[in-house]
Amino acid sequence: MDSWFFLIQVLNGIQYGLLLFLVASGLTLIFGIMGIINLAHGAFYMLGAYLAYWLAGMTGSLIAAVLLSLPIAALVGYVIEALLVRTLYRRDHLDQVLLTYGLILIFNEAQRILWGNDVHGVAMPTALAWSVKLTETLSYPAYRLLLSAVCAVLAVAMYLVIAKTRFGMWVRAGASNRDMVAALGINVKLLFGVVFAVGAALAGLAGAISTPISSVAPGMGDSVLILCFVVVVIGGVGSVKGAFFGAILIGLADTFGKVFVPDFASFTVYGIMAAVLLWKPKGLFA
Amino acid sequence: MTSHIPKRLAILLLVLLLVLASFPLWGKLVFAAKFTFLLQKVTGIMILALLAMSLDLLVGSAGLVSLGHAAFFGLGGYMLALASPQYDAASLWVALPAALAVTAAASLVVGFLSIRTSGIYFIMVTLAFGQMGYFFFNDSKLAGGSDGATIYVKPTVAAFGVTLIDLDSKLSFFYVVLGALVASYALLRMLLASPFGRVVSAIGVNESRVQGLGFNPMLYKLVAFTIAGTLAGLAGFLAATQYGYVNPAMLGWHQSGHVLVMVILGGMGTLFGPVLGAFILELAHHLFESLTDHWLLPMGAMIIAIVLLLPKGVAGLLIKWTTEKEDGP
Repeated sequence: MDSWFFLIQVLNGIQYGLLLFLVASGLTLIFGIMGIINLAHGAFYMLGAYLAYWLAGMTGSLIAAVLLSLPIAALVGYVIEALLVRTLYRRDHLDQVLLTYGLILIFNEAQRILWGNDVHGVAMPTALAWSVKLTETLSYPAYRLLLSAVCAVLAVAMYLVIAKTRFGMWVRAGASNRDMVAALGINVKLLFGVVFAVGAALAGLAGAISTPISSVAPGMGDSVLILCFVVVVIGGVGSVKGAFFGAILIGLADTFGKVFVPDFASFTVYGIMAAVLLWKPKGLFA
Repeated sequence: MTSHIPKRLAILLLVLLLVLASFPLWGKLVFAAKFTFLLQKVTGIMILALLAMSLDLLVGSAGLVSLGHAAFFGLGGYMLALASPQYDAASLWVALPAALAVTAAASLVVGFLSIRTSGIYFIMVTLAFGQMGYFFFNDSKLAGGSDGATIYVKPTVAAFGVTLIDLDSKLSFFYVVLGALVASYALLRMLLASPFGRVVSAIGVNESRVQGLGFNPMLYKLVAFTIAGTLAGLAGFLAATQYGYVNPAMLGWHQSGHVLVMVILGGMGTLFGPVLGAFILELAHHLFESLTDHWLLPMGAMIIAIVLLLPKGVAGLLIKWTTEKEDGP
């Protein structure tokens, strides 16, 4: 194996990891701040992908579709938080698991009713359908680089918002002591609603921008959900930094697993999680 | 955690059990042509009920939420597939103890590693081990890989060459599974009422206090995990016997999640609740599926409604009803 091939795998792994981070960051914030185990988080990823597929077909532009699907995913997230999740804050985690499991079923069926059972693909925008030439025979698609760049920019933006702004201060405070934040007179209801909506929008964005490089298919939310839980738990629940490193780790492990041990690719991801948790039972950054 | 069952509830449960046990009698009259199909369906539900009940020992009593419980279910099934000669029957006296021993050993190892974590981390570690089991059978060529394996001939139950029970008969098998379900219920009830069970239930309520009283919670949790895993293996063995087929999906997290939903929906910590949960979920599935192509929609709505309206599951509602009536004038 030569170093260019290795580089391509590293790039693929990081790109996949960054994409996972977009979904997992929302999941870890929602759990850390609101104390909600949201199994329906993967459904927002699926929603984003299907919206992008649908809107791209209508508008003829993937970029317009991605931009349009963002507010829709946020709105759906906000409405679900206000109608259903809000009733569960004081309830047992398992009630949340059960309710959000019910939501997954409804989301999956709604997807089937609206868009059917077929697997769809979204064409890459022609402006981005070129490759960076590495050697005579190897090249790397520009879209994947752009995707990584978008995710990286968002990760930095998220860091700045959380570390430097007043809203970020509430978020951090909420993650460490929810009741105290409420006692200090901060509108917790609104904060929770916004965090949930932002989480939904990020997951939806991840789904939408991944459409040109992966297929839009029923059940796509479920597999992402489990991987994101793996990411969140490896990083330490509630830690955005942990989710970032966990996502990169899992992205690389999954990519390299598929290259080196194709028969046991999925095994590597779970093996890493088990090893991390046996070493540090509360994740790397908790 | 419910050690005391109100008298009226006990009577209600007994009546339900009698209705279930006499299903082969009245089912033939009511359903006529569909009876054979329904008999198998009900048998299948009872197997899932047994699996859900074993998980309840962990979730409801010890407070250990496992999302990898189906791994032991699948392992029990695969052990039958591996113990059966290709075109011949395995002997139950060999295959069943082998299956139980292997699942017990596997759950001992997985439990030993998992119980160091708690809360959501425990959920995820058990998920990880469950998925590893799934991919082990999915990717290895040991027993058919992702295609699964077929058990062509059902195991024989014979002594001195005389067949005691014919597992091929759907009616006999129905009663074998019912017997396993009732016996497991009785076993778990006795276990929870014993000093050992008291400590396990106490761990579910407050682990630090149990430790403060001088018990070693790890040991109790490990034993509970192993018992639950072994019972799940029994359920898997029965499932493999019934369908004559095993596949990796038996071990996957979808199956684990499905059973967990049965436990929570039915009412955890009650043992009989998860059994009700299994029947409600599976019968609702069957009903909705026969009414509409989009059966997941009413299914999801039903689950959400139960969470919002019945915080302690169906069993919680039954306990409340029967207790109020006892206390009434």
